Amino acid sequence: MLGFIASVIDGVLVGLVYGLAAMGITLIWGVMDVINLTHGTMIVAGMFALYLLTSAFGISPYVTLLPALAGGFVVGVALYWIAVHRMVGRPPLMSLLSTFSVNLVLIGVATGVWGTVLFNVEVSVPGLTLGRYTFPGVHIVAAVLAAVIAAGLYFFLRRTRLGKAVRAVANNREAAELVGVPTTQVLSVAFGFGVSLACVSGVLIGTLFPFTILTGDSYLLKSFIVTVLGGFGNPVGALIGGLALGVLEGAVTPFVPVSWTLVIEFVLFVLVLIAFPGGVFMRRSRAL
Amino acid sequence: MPDIVRRPFFSIIALVIAIFALAPLWGNDVDLRESLVLAAVYITLASNLNLMLGYTGYVNFGSVVFFGLGGYICVWLVSAHDWPLGWSLLAAGLGVSALAFVFGAGILRLRGHFFALATIGIVEAVQAFASNFDPWGGASGIYLSTEVFAPLGGPRRALWVIYFAMIAVMGLSLYLSYAIKTSKFGLGLLAIGQNEDAAAILGVPTPRYKALVYSASAFLPAIAGGLYFFKSAFIQPTDAFDLTLSTEAIVIAMLGGQGTVTGVAFGAYLYEQLRGYLLTSDTFSHFQLVIAGALLLIIVLFFPSGLMGWLYARFPRLQRVLE
Repeated sequence: MLGFIASVIDGVLVGLVYGLAAMGITLIWGVMDVINLTHGTMIVAGMFALYLLTSAFGISPYVTLLPALAGGFVVGVALYWIAVHRMVGRPPLMSLLSTFSVNLVLIGVATGVWGTVLFNVEVSVPGLTLGRYTFPGVHIVAAVLAAVIAAGLYFFLRRTRLGKAVRAVANNREAAELVGVPTTQVLSVAFGFGVSLACVSGVLIGTLFPFTILTGDSYLLKSFIVTVLGGFGNPVGALIGGLALGVLEGAVTPFVPVSWTLVIEFVLFVLVLIAFPGGVFMRRSRAL
Repeated sequence: MPDIVRRPFFSIIALVIAIFALAPLWGNDVDLRESLVLAAVYITLASNLNLMLGYTGYVNFGSVVFFGLGGYICVWLVSAHDWPLGWSLLAAGLGVSALAFVFGAGILRLRGHFFALATIGIVEAVQAFASNFDPWGGASGIYLSTEVFAPLGGPRRALWVIYFAMIAVMGLSLYLSYAIKTSKFGLGLLAIGQNEDAAAILGVPTPRYKALVYSASAFLPAIAGGLYFFKSAFIQPTDAFDLTLSTEAIVIAMLGGQGTVTGVAFGAYLYEQLRGYLLTSDTFSHFQLVIAGALLLIIVLFFPSGLMGWLYARFPRLQRVLE
């Protein structure tokens, strides 16, 4: 029983990181009704930023969060102008296909360069021992950082002028345009931040688990599940959804082989989509 | 005689099938046969994907699941239960179709985005399932012994039998696309693609139609998968549920022109030729996905109606003959 509780607590820690990853996808969806299918690859980009920067310059893994944040933003804005700008307001088919095709190009180039070998970044942080169980230090640090970054996003959206503009555009693009918000620029900034969040969460996930170029697919799926649990277009809901997924993974781990986790999660995803199309924890109307 | 048989397009499809069937027989050309069998697989997958993508405007990123599951069911029935190939193929088609209907009836009550997300997940989930499911050999898959080819007259003759069966599946796919497009059912689907709310208000039973077309689009790809993996005498999760094939089907459907029968078939043939060239070229053989992706992006951004859209705009009269 104690082992079960420890596993669930560890699930909470990892779940916060999943929540952060899902915030990226849900921010973009909430603002422009576009699902960013490059999300998984951007998470992997964060992982590779972590790997390359730590192995090349020997800096602390957590310092790579800053270049990942900035780099992700730049890449995101560029992506917006290349693949998304013409698709905003068009049928969902088109934006899905355009981000999907960009993803193919990125995955194709990356597998050509790095292959599909497993990468692992060793991070040593002392764990926290409670009785017979030790919680890994990296999990605790990643969870705390994820919570801090999520709080930062919340502050940005609520308190800054640009954040308020993002919310205004999400709420009603035409009205925002009428009162003088430069909506196109705001859309590109929002997309940039969405990708930035994916990269940053990729750095954090990279400190927890080994990864390959193709790992992104399973994190993309996890992000979908989290967003569906938390309600589409709602960053706070995403964090709660992430916790729910983490707890579920933690609760299932002692009983089921790890390789079945994805099947269970997908079945849950489909059941939740059917039972609660509006999200379990938050309604869309309260989004952003 | 039903009306669609008398239209010229019906005969055009028959002619294409005849060319596919006879061309490699001429001079017993095995290389041509292997190239055409792949083209037939692409045409089958893309035509059936087009039923969803082109007619109703719902993206199915997981069409390879039908192909792979059909392959698994067929190979498993042949190897573990000694079923004859014909019955195994039928069981694969019906089984996958039924699964698709049950899954679709639930998930297709949702709108475009959510369905697309679910279809991405299904590839990952089914692949994880097949890798863990012991009766299907787990991650190492199932191998067939050469004895399974004996009822078809030995390996050499079996390859020809499989080839003609594949051409038949391809032909049925084209006729299915055509028959659905000209039917009341097809009009309902096209209405869903234009404006789902308006279609529902005008009396199209949208959830049922979507689930039906999803299930219909699973039947022939599953049989094609059965034939394909029976032919290779070997199936494993990473091959059977390779996302590349889903991707290629989408690229083909968009290249030829979503919603058209001719365009998709022609796009499949073009893509197969392009792929053959890319695979043999030293520079591009590792970058097949990159080129497929770049091609798709250009089509989506600049030519969303594909080759047929371009042709129709140039020669409006073609619309009467070529569907």
